[in-house]
Amino acid sequence: MLSALTQLLIFQLLGEVIARSLDLSLPGPVLGMLLLFLSLILRGGPGHELQTTSQNLLQHLSLLFVPAGTGIMVHLHRVADEWLALLLSLLLSTFATLLVTALVMKLCQPKAPQPGEAP
Amino acid sequence: MTPRIAEIWVYLAASPLLGLTVTLLAYQGAFWIYRRSGSNPLANPVLIAVSALVLFLTLTGTSYQTYFAGAQFVHFLLGPATVALAIPLYTQFKRVKAMLLPVVAGLFAGSLSAVLSAVFIGRLFGASLPTQLSLAPKSVTTPIAMGIAERIGGIPSLTAVLVIVTGILGAVGARYVFDAMKLHDPAIRGFAIGIASHGIGTARAFQVNEQSGAFAALAMGLNGALTAILLPPLAGWLN
Repeated sequence: MLSALTQLLIFQLLGEVIARSLDLSLPGPVLGMLLLFLSLILRGGPGHELQTTSQNLLQHLSLLFVPAGTGIMVHLHRVADEWLALLLSLLLSTFATLLVTALVMKLCQPKAPQPGEAP
Repeated sequence: MTPRIAEIWVYLAASPLLGLTVTLLAYQGAFWIYRRSGSNPLANPVLIAVSALVLFLTLTGTSYQTYFAGAQFVHFLLGPATVALAIPLYTQFKRVKAMLLPVVAGLFAGSLSAVLSAVFIGRLFGASLPTQLSLAPKSVTTPIAMGIAERIGGIPSLTAVLVIVTGILGAVGARYVFDAMKLHDPAIRGFAIGIASHGIGTARAFQVNEQSGAFAALAMGLNGALTAILLPPLAGWLN
């Protein structure tokens, strides 16, 4: 687990350094993800340890958003002023985005969809 | 409170231990409820945990800064977890290559509709211009969205909150949209969730199906990059 976690941190660090030195608008972790992905293609897949560690980490991905989400308590007054516009915009826009994305993909899909459990 | 308990509280309130512990407790409680509900999207664990924490912090008079001094250790793991998304992406790479056209078309269509619909619906219902610009990057993962908001004249901290709410809305509502469309392909369902509701949607997708999760992670990364490129020039035109 320790070596896998170290690998993840090294790729995040690499991403951070490259993004900042080239002044990219991509955040370091996203660039780190792309770099790790490229390295996986080069070395033909993750080892067993990296596989299980990332699986454990991603299983509780929702937990990692909780501290930032709790930040809503700081903005309650600002949200209260324009709550109707904000709520309608977020709600309708999120559903429109889901609908448009899925519809466009379905129309462009070459083959019959695979069966399986889905969210 | 007896003086002794008050003393202990003063110590705990100033130490990172409390913020960290209540975050883990709130999440595990929320996750238990989510599992007990049969993984019902309405019982979203982020939504339940955040509500419980806001209530707890308000009732105990604890500031967000004090709380975050402890919770930052959980927050920090977002970085390595984002990097770790490369692994499911690699596992699903064959399927992604086979779906290159729908992926690219869905990315552009979804990314543009996320930005334009948020701004115009906000405008229609009388949101101020800074609020409209804060809404624009709401479907993108938090760090990218805050950076974009800053560049185009939005309020970054407001954007952070809007991003989280969008994530929760997508994670909760996506199933109903897809079921109404009679859409069953886990790859498309995952990709659309990732475009519309970034990491929180991706987390929900992973809890349901590995393939959905991988496509959601891919969509989140691509949408973050595309919005960061497209939105700044577009914002001048939106004003």
